[in-house]
This record gives sequence, C-alpha cells and structure tokens, in this order.
Amino acid sequence: MPAEVDRNQVQKLVEGGAQLVEVLPADEYEDHLPGAIGLPLRRLETEAVHVLDRTRPVIVYCWDAA
Amino acid sequence: MSPRAAWRLESLGFAQVYDYVAGKLDWMAAGLRTEGTNAAHPRAGDVSRKDVPTALLDERLGDVRERVRATGWDSVVAINNERVVLGLLRSKELDKDPELSIEQAMRSGPSTFRPYVAIKEMAEYLTKHMLESSPVTTSDGRLVGLLLQKDAVRVSGESDKQ
Repeated sequence: MPAEVDRNQVQKLVEGGAQLVEVLPADEYEDHLPGAIGLPLRRLETEAVHVLDRTRPVIVYCWDAA
Repeated sequence: MSPRAAWRLESLGFAQVYDYVAGKLDWMAAGLRTEGTNAAHPRAGDVSRKDVPTALLDERLGDVRERVRATGWDSVVAINNERVVLGLLRSKELDKDPELSIEQAMRSGPSTFRPYVAIKEMAEYLTKHMLESSPVTTSDGRLVGLLLQKDAVRVSGESDKQ
C-alpha cells in the first residue's frame, strides 16, 4: 500500500535517492518540483518501467489531494 | 490523481511507492523553489521582503514603533511564537497611542497571499484595492514576507518587458 508523505518527508526521501514523479498532464510540468520527472498518469503504464528504477523509492504527486 | 498513480506503480512491481498527497500546491505555498519554463516568472514569495519587522502581541506599541522606524520601515507584522500572522500595523496603526499593546493597536486578520501567486496578479490586486502592502504566508499561516505594492508593480512591469 503506498504510503502518504508530507513535504518534509519528500525532501528527506529525495536526498536519500528517491525518484520524484509529477503525474499531471504534460503542460502542467512547466512548473515542477526540483528534479521531478514528468510522467502523466495516462503514460505511466507504458513508460514507468522504462524511465524509473524499480529498486529505488518513487514519490508521485499532482496538484493537491482534490 | 496521485493515489491512482501510486497504486498503479505498485501493481507494476515498484516496491517503495510514496504519495505526496498535498502536492505541488503545498510545495509552492511553502515558498520552496520550483523548476521549469514557468518557474522563472516571479511570484509573490520571491518579491516579498523577508526582512519585514515583526512584533509579538504583548509588546508595547511605542517600543515597537521606535525599533521599526529606526530601520526605515513603516509597517510591522504581528505574529505569535510560531511566526503565524495575526495582524498588521501600517503607518496609521503605528501612530496610535504608544501605551497600547500591539494586540490593541493592530489591524486583525489582514488578507494574506500564498507565495505561488503570480506577481502580475498581485500587482493588479494591490493596486485595485489600494493596499500598500500585504503579508505573504505559507498555507499554515506562517510569515514568508511582506509584499509591497510598489515592488509588485515594478517587478511585474519588468517581467512584461522581458
């Protein structure tokens, strides 16, 4: 089950080597968190295994909880 | 959207998946840096003055006024020990009876803005509502800085020229 994390935990996880992934539509990526990869939800299924490392933690985010 | 993505990644064999539920809005509201083509556009948090004087509710107005004006400022943000914004004192409030406490003299509950608001939007709002300044806070109410109308208008104009 994916764990929910807050801002401080995100920073610590990224410092520890986690991959940060923005899953919003591509045009939203024009303003993203530092180091984040843009991988829209609808492309996740086909591209995730090619662009992400399964052995490292992955953090996903969109705009907010809504 | 991110919960679905997190669950999908798990089903694709990713063992350590985390969901930053509060997302990009939370990040920007905290005044943290972003990257990308749009990140270069100034926002309220970038332009706000971080050196704005602050005062606690139980301080004496006369003492605060002296301290503040000695540094060239004419505004003070009233905060608590957690740096949560509780009030604002502009020139008019600073000129009240020096024996009042900050709590008695301040304008309570001033409008505040998040750091991610575009500076152009801020310049228009502050001008339209004739506000000389407005505090910029994180989503949990903590002070980031004070945005002056003159700064917002200047930076917005410079941004338009680029």
